[in-house]
Amino acid sequence: MEHDYKLEKRKYVIAGTVIAIVVVYLIRLLSLQIMSEDYKKNADSNAFLKKIQYPSRGVIYDRHGELLVYNQPAYDITVIMKEVTRLDTMDLCNTLGISPESLRERFRSMKDRRLNPGYSPYTHQVLLTQLSAEECGMFQEKLFKFPGFYIQRRTIRQYNHNAGAHILGDIAEVSKSEMEKDEYYIPGDFIGKLGVERAYEKQLRGEKGMEILLRDARGRIQGNYMDGKFDKASVPGKNLKLGLDIELQELGERLLEGKIGSIVAIEPSTGEVLCMVSSPSYDPRIMAGRNRGKNHLKMAQNPWKPLLNRAIMGTYPPGSTFKTAQALTFLQEGIINTSTSYPCYKGFNFRGLHVGCHAHPSPLQLVPAIATSCNGYFCWGLYHMIGAKKKYGSVQKAMNTWRDYMVSMGFGYTLGIDLPGEKRGFIPNASVYDKAYRGSWNGLTVISIAIGQGEVTLTPLQIANLGATIANRGYFITPHVVKEIEGDTLESIYRKKRYTMTEKIHYEEVVEGMRAAVTGGTCRGANLPDIEVCGKTGTAENRGKDHSAFMGFAPMNDPKIAIAVYVENGGFGAVYGVPIGRLMIEKYLKRELSPEDEVLAADIQKRRIDYGIHER
Amino acid sequence: MAYMKDSVWKNVDWWTVTLYLALVILGWFSVCGASYNYGEPDFFDFTTRAGKQLMWIGCSMILGFVLLMLEDRLYDTYAYLIYGFMILLLFGTIFNPHEIKGSRSWIVLGPVSLQPAEFAKFATALALGKYIGEYTFSMQRTRDMLTSLAIILVPMTLIILQKETGSALVYLSFFLMLYREGMTGAVLFSGVCAVVFFIVGLRFGAVMMPDEMTTWGEFSVLTLVILLASLLVKLYGTPHSRASLYIFWTGGGTILLGSLFSCYVIPFNVCHLQLWLCGALVVYLILVYLRERLRNYLYVIVFTLCSVAFFFSTDYVFNKVLEPHQKVRIEVLLGMKDDPAGAGYNVNQSKIAIGSGGLFGKGFLNGTQTKLKYVPEQDTDFIFCTVGEEQGFVGSAAVILLFMALILRLIILAERQDTRFGRVYGYCVMGIFFFHLFINIGMVLGLTPVIGIPLPFFSYGGSSLWGFTILLFVFLRIDAAQEK
Repeated sequence: MEHDYKLEKRKYVIAGTVIAIVVVYLIRLLSLQIMSEDYKKNADSNAFLKKIQYPSRGVIYDRHGELLVYNQPAYDITVIMKEVTRLDTMDLCNTLGISPESLRERFRSMKDRRLNPGYSPYTHQVLLTQLSAEECGMFQEKLFKFPGFYIQRRTIRQYNHNAGAHILGDIAEVSKSEMEKDEYYIPGDFIGKLGVERAYEKQLRGEKGMEILLRDARGRIQGNYMDGKFDKASVPGKNLKLGLDIELQELGERLLEGKIGSIVAIEPSTGEVLCMVSSPSYDPRIMAGRNRGKNHLKMAQNPWKPLLNRAIMGTYPPGSTFKTAQALTFLQEGIINTSTSYPCYKGFNFRGLHVGCHAHPSPLQLVPAIATSCNGYFCWGLYHMIGAKKKYGSVQKAMNTWRDYMVSMGFGYTLGIDLPGEKRGFIPNASVYDKAYRGSWNGLTVISIAIGQGEVTLTPLQIANLGATIANRGYFITPHVVKEIEGDTLESIYRKKRYTMTEKIHYEEVVEGMRAAVTGGTCRGANLPDIEVCGKTGTAENRGKDHSAFMGFAPMNDPKIAIAVYVENGGFGAVYGVPIGRLMIEKYLKRELSPEDEVLAADIQKRRIDYGIHER
Repeated sequence: MAYMKDSVWKNVDWWTVTLYLALVILGWFSVCGASYNYGEPDFFDFTTRAGKQLMWIGCSMILGFVLLMLEDRLYDTYAYLIYGFMILLLFGTIFNPHEIKGSRSWIVLGPVSLQPAEFAKFATALALGKYIGEYTFSMQRTRDMLTSLAIILVPMTLIILQKETGSALVYLSFFLMLYREGMTGAVLFSGVCAVVFFIVGLRFGAVMMPDEMTTWGEFSVLTLVILLASLLVKLYGTPHSRASLYIFWTGGGTILLGSLFSCYVIPFNVCHLQLWLCGALVVYLILVYLRERLRNYLYVIVFTLCSVAFFFSTDYVFNKVLEPHQKVRIEVLLGMKDDPAGAGYNVNQSKIAIGSGGLFGKGFLNGTQTKLKYVPEQDTDFIFCTVGEEQGFVGSAAVILLFMALILRLIILAERQDTRFGRVYGYCVMGIFFFHLFINIGMVLGLTPVIGIPLPFFSYGGSSLWGFTILLFVFLRIDAAQEK
């Protein structure tokens, strides 16, 4: 057979073509399988239907085991767009009782990837949330008409008491920014927005479970992926027990009706918050369910600012309640001792400066000075401390020493309570005055801080904590509202004692003064027959009518409760602060009020202060 | 001839047999994977697809053994008879009443359905071998050439009439053999040019150049025609002639200047200029031909005219001749349309399945895309998805390389035949395998249009497995009869 060598060479062309095409295919394989992750993701969203198992959220009890917050069933309607066929929009709207426009709007925002980054037509997307059992019943019956639509059982929060809204807080649908911060959340999830619900979100929410189901090309479920090896059971949220005494809280809210102010009570030995009233308040129940948005907006626009938790967000001049802290500082620094007397003739008069005071014997020592709330005494004390050049070297150093004492008592910085939004108040230091007075200032310039006026501001919580510190004779435990977390321990800062810079012995002297204030001084109204109450009034000057304040604790030698009452524009401390403090202490220690005090409580509840704000 | 029978086992090409067995076994595992349903892992049950495939594999082993035992002269002798019988069978099948998925290519004999088209390839290859193997055959003689084309076109037409366009296209692979046997490369060259013009013209037919008057598609194709013409003149014209250079510089330069002028000065349709250039080129080549009297110049003229004519007829062909579903397939393939739910669904899902395999794959029976039936036809035409998903890059590359090894081995075997009959037959076999590999895997990878042809030894189905086995083992028998 003849060999045509020219033609035989063509075998190389043919073989070369084969090899070239194989190489192209190998490169293509490489780019599909190794260079790109997209196909993997596509495959997963094709085949895996991740069904989320929602855990039940932890419930919340008060300190006596009274159930405050629990879960109520509600229903979400979810939709898988890929499975929706022949949707009869009108029928759907009628069944769900919503208008076609709002349904269309809901679909549009669901599909908008900017609003809903997790949108996929292959997975459950939340269409409507929190339908009641009745609303859902109709839909359930007609569900067969709406392929692609599903009902998911959820729960909403429900509240047993119309009290403690600021502490308990609420939950709402997670926002976009919250989802970006924490990948745990997907659209339609609920998250704590305020109060304990927010602060203890991680403990309360539990862990979502996930069932990974295999779905075939027609959307039929073909069982669990790898026989459920990768499924995750949901972990129920942890229950919380608060330090709150709900009855005390309810009384406090009653007493502050029609007034702006707050009451904070702390158990000194543990730092547990017994009550935290901020008035005006609102019924926590209006913040659960579908109307939350509407109600929240209404309250945000309310000039009374009911959403503001004044107990930790309001910063006020502490007024005379602050004098106790001054006494503790001056005693420890040796500026005064128990027998030091200062003159006060209707006030502090020195080098043309006058700080007024009311009528009382003069000169006087520390205990009567606290009992009568003498302004002159504490002005002299501060004047001597700031002016003690020999001891401190300069006013600046003296000032900063004073500042350190204040900070050690929990002022000037947030205490670290387990609630969101706490404010720090303000304690000035030397550089503040250096800046304000260009370096030329002295004790007289800043004298008003001695009586809790001027630059100084505290939150009601800090005032109550001052009471707890005095009750403990020199230390406090960071106030906290949660007493126990089921199956978990509190953070260590809520168990650790924080000592102030003043020794215990000096505290006894201040306690004596506060006792004297109750037995024969400004706080006589708080003198309960069989409870040794210690107290200090405060009347804080401000642009409008004075704020009425009271800070105290009881019983004197085995303190169970420390309290601060602050009523905006309430006048003298004795007008609102003292009687409210009395009623609260009595209620907490005796569990109920005496008949006369019931009358007093009803009277205070009825009293209104005119704030010039009429729309409510 | 008794000694031949003993030595068949010694002379048979064990390389090919090994590759064959490896592919068949891998193919069976793939069918297992592709047809697997959750909760029914019984692959040996003959009612399942895996079980049936196993049975067919067993049959084809026996078939292969029998073919090796048969006399090698048989095929040479009865080639036309077999071919004639097949043509009759194909013809008869057109009128059979059993339609499966719109195709009339099946003959149903009791429980067994056969596709004669799968066996017709073998018969055609035999007939071609026989005809071209004759001593009197010459590729240069038009009559011989036309006869061999007829041998190819008759079964092809019958299969198209059975509405099995995919199987019919396989017959194009015989041109590879014709090329080896001396058919002028111009045929293959024209084919490649046609495909390139078609794709470029279609893909960029609506994309405008910066002048907003000319489309990129027309512009590139016409530029290509002029440049190719200059190349052809260079290769086949009178040696040392400067004609090629004149064409290159005049044509290319004019086009460049024209398009710059159009983009920056006064926009006009550059294609008109290019058409004038083509006209000038034809006139110039005629003048050259008259001077040189070399026939090749006439061929270049024909090439130029045909190219332009072909290009301007593609639009018509595309819009009028092709079926709508074929049109959409091509548009999706060229990325002109994105239609993952419709025509692009198969390919898109197939890419997802393969892409999700990663380097080592998800493991045997662990593929989710194939198990959950996201890929249609996943145990027949799209079976390679299962390999890609479950065995990953390593496994699928190995399969492709095995096929390449088989095809290259077939080239070696074909080349060592000392009869032209054997060589022609060998190249036919090689061409068929190559075409199936090229189209099937290319389709699964989204590189070639979706043409429904099986992947040899992998796709589920008895007819195709037997068809390929017969094709291969007859060649091995012919090869084993060689004197080495």
